[in-house]
Amino acid sequence: MSALLDRFTSLISKGAAKGAASSKELKAMIGTGGFSGGVHPKQMKITATSPIVDLPLPPRLILPLKQHIGQICTPIVEVGERVLRGQKIGKSEGYVSAPVHAPTSGRVLAIEEHAVPHPSGMGRLCIIIEPDGLDEADESLPTISDYRGEDPGIIRERIRLSGIVGLGGAVFPTFIKMLRDHRHPVEMVILNGIECEPYLTCDHRLMLEHSAAIVRGLDVIMHAVEAQCGVIAIEDNKPDAIAAMQQALAEASIEHVEVRALPTLYPQGSEKQLIQSVTGRQVPAGKLPLHIGVLCQNVGTTKAIYDAVCLGQPLTRRVVTVSGDAVPEPANISVRIGTPIPFVLAQCGLDDLNGVRLIHGGPMMGERLPRMNVPLVKSTNGLLAMRQEALYSENAVEEPCIRCGHCVEVCPVGLVPNELAWHCRHDQFDRGQEYDLFDCIECGCCSYVCPSHIPLVHYFRYAKGQVAKIEKERAFAELSKARSEARDNRLAHEQAERAARRSKVRKQQSDAASSTVGDKAPESKPDTGAKDMETKDTGKST
Amino acid sequence: MNILMAVLLLGGLALLAGIVLAIASRVFHIEGDPMMERIDAVLPQTQCGQCGYPGCKPYATAVANGEVDVNKCVPGGERAMLSIADLMGVPPKEVEEEAALPVLAYVREDECIGCTLCIKACPVDAIIGAPKQYHTVVESHCTGCTLCVEPCPVDCIDLLSKPEVLEEWTWSAPGKSRPVIEDLPQGEGHVRAA
Repeated sequence: MSALLDRFTSLISKGAAKGAASSKELKAMIGTGGFSGGVHPKQMKITATSPIVDLPLPPRLILPLKQHIGQICTPIVEVGERVLRGQKIGKSEGYVSAPVHAPTSGRVLAIEEHAVPHPSGMGRLCIIIEPDGLDEADESLPTISDYRGEDPGIIRERIRLSGIVGLGGAVFPTFIKMLRDHRHPVEMVILNGIECEPYLTCDHRLMLEHSAAIVRGLDVIMHAVEAQCGVIAIEDNKPDAIAAMQQALAEASIEHVEVRALPTLYPQGSEKQLIQSVTGRQVPAGKLPLHIGVLCQNVGTTKAIYDAVCLGQPLTRRVVTVSGDAVPEPANISVRIGTPIPFVLAQCGLDDLNGVRLIHGGPMMGERLPRMNVPLVKSTNGLLAMRQEALYSENAVEEPCIRCGHCVEVCPVGLVPNELAWHCRHDQFDRGQEYDLFDCIECGCCSYVCPSHIPLVHYFRYAKGQVAKIEKERAFAELSKARSEARDNRLAHEQAERAARRSKVRKQQSDAASSTVGDKAPESKPDTGAKDMETKDTGKST
Repeated sequence: MNILMAVLLLGGLALLAGIVLAIASRVFHIEGDPMMERIDAVLPQTQCGQCGYPGCKPYATAVANGEVDVNKCVPGGERAMLSIADLMGVPPKEVEEEAALPVLAYVREDECIGCTLCIKACPVDAIIGAPKQYHTVVESHCTGCTLCVEPCPVDCIDLLSKPEVLEEWTWSAPGKSRPVIEDLPQGEGHVRAA
């Protein structure tokens, strides 16, 4: 107790700027394994009992060439070309990237800019495919049924080639996370079956209906990273999924893997928070789970890994929860990536999109889409169509902060959101970074509990964007400065050279004139030579 | 005797301090003007000359010497002004001219006569070409300073507004301009089940 008191007094004496760090220490001291903070939003899992249904082929598929974090892909097909299901149509450029595959057989209609699901409503390069209805598959990828006997490097390469990215919503290329590093060996693989966002049930249904594939996928991952143990983490609001996974584990008889039920708490599905809940260890700020010997994968991603390795199928479909109060028939659907969202909504009985607000992702972290006619992409785990009245952000008016401190209590990272938002609002981004702006995971807990309806996460997103923008401008300014200095130096150098040459020529001329021998040849030769050089040089300088 | 001691002592101390200071000034000597460098670092380096000086460095030098106000950098806007005022320890002063939207120079190549005048005018070497050959602007290096437009004898340089790309999009501040949802007109872009 006295130690705690000491902490408090030191916290006060250190002042406000250091308060964030000290309070983190304090929380780590009190913490008992799970992360601090978190909220219990209304679950609204209305589709929990609806089985995954297949969607018919849409009239056209729109495939953005960037559906992941990292560099955009370049198209490797031509307009008019026939493509097969699973054929690679976008090649990754650079390390952090994931290729794009055709979701069905058909003809490439166009390669052009098309709106994508993004809060800006802007577009990017997409390949548009018109399905021919035959759905012929490209069989070039062999299946690796005996993955246990295969080299882990080959499995990782297969995962890279199959375009697999984190399907929980972050869409980070999966093969990068599966790096084997001798300094940081992976001890534990955690499968993320938490699905803590309200409304979303796609991972839940996946665990019920494809439990065997998920367990196999976990085995593939554990072999690929040479991990000793595995944990399948599921929240206790999904007892049927826990039972299904336990049964699948028993049937597959895989050792050192357990299913762990965790108390329901948002945002437990966030990677770092989940690792803290399962292992009791914190991933340090700016570090990766790999640095504490943990690899975390979403269950959807794990199923995709199984499909890619054991069945030779690249990532071309995913399960999406379509829900919201504007959808007459909410459902979990298995949908081809690239299917236009209006087509998906029409299949769920929502034809008239007037006055409907679309949310891409869950209600806590998802983004409102300003455009409706966008395709469904790898990151789409949920699609919520809401009536305007149901949207909190449209009906709430921001009021002054009353310093109640609720946001501090619920922040799972241990930040001080009210102070942070204050600095962000006044464009004091340096101070914001002192308050660990970039450790914010944008889970939305602070905005959720704020009695003054302050859109805290929006402030943090704004500030993060501004910081990135300022840094970009700074880098460009440095570049321009270097170019301008190089130019000044070059001009000065050229001028000095020209002056030197002129004086040399003048000297030679005066020497020749003063000499009594009237030999013309040696006089004219250096002169023309110098002239040649001069014209040549001006040519170069321009 | 006492007086002599005092004089010697103080004189000795002064000599010692002088030697220490002389050494320190050699050891800790800084090339250039640190204040100028710091001001130069917050300027946007467009070298546009809108401040009335031939480039960012000359303006930074003038500000550091107290010859000119802190609010003359137009493309730097309020942010640069506040940083400079902070560095100089003077009260901030409103930027009089509002910065134009960022632009990029573009040479209409079929009209270019290859006179190289714009190449000579470009402060950041962002235009390439040779005499009697088409010139072109390297987009990724252009600062949009507009200095190449005036010397062009055939007026073949356009200033295009910088295209807005998804990668550079950032969230706007809450409440300032909320993302507006455009409702699609009925029947357009509305794909129904066949």
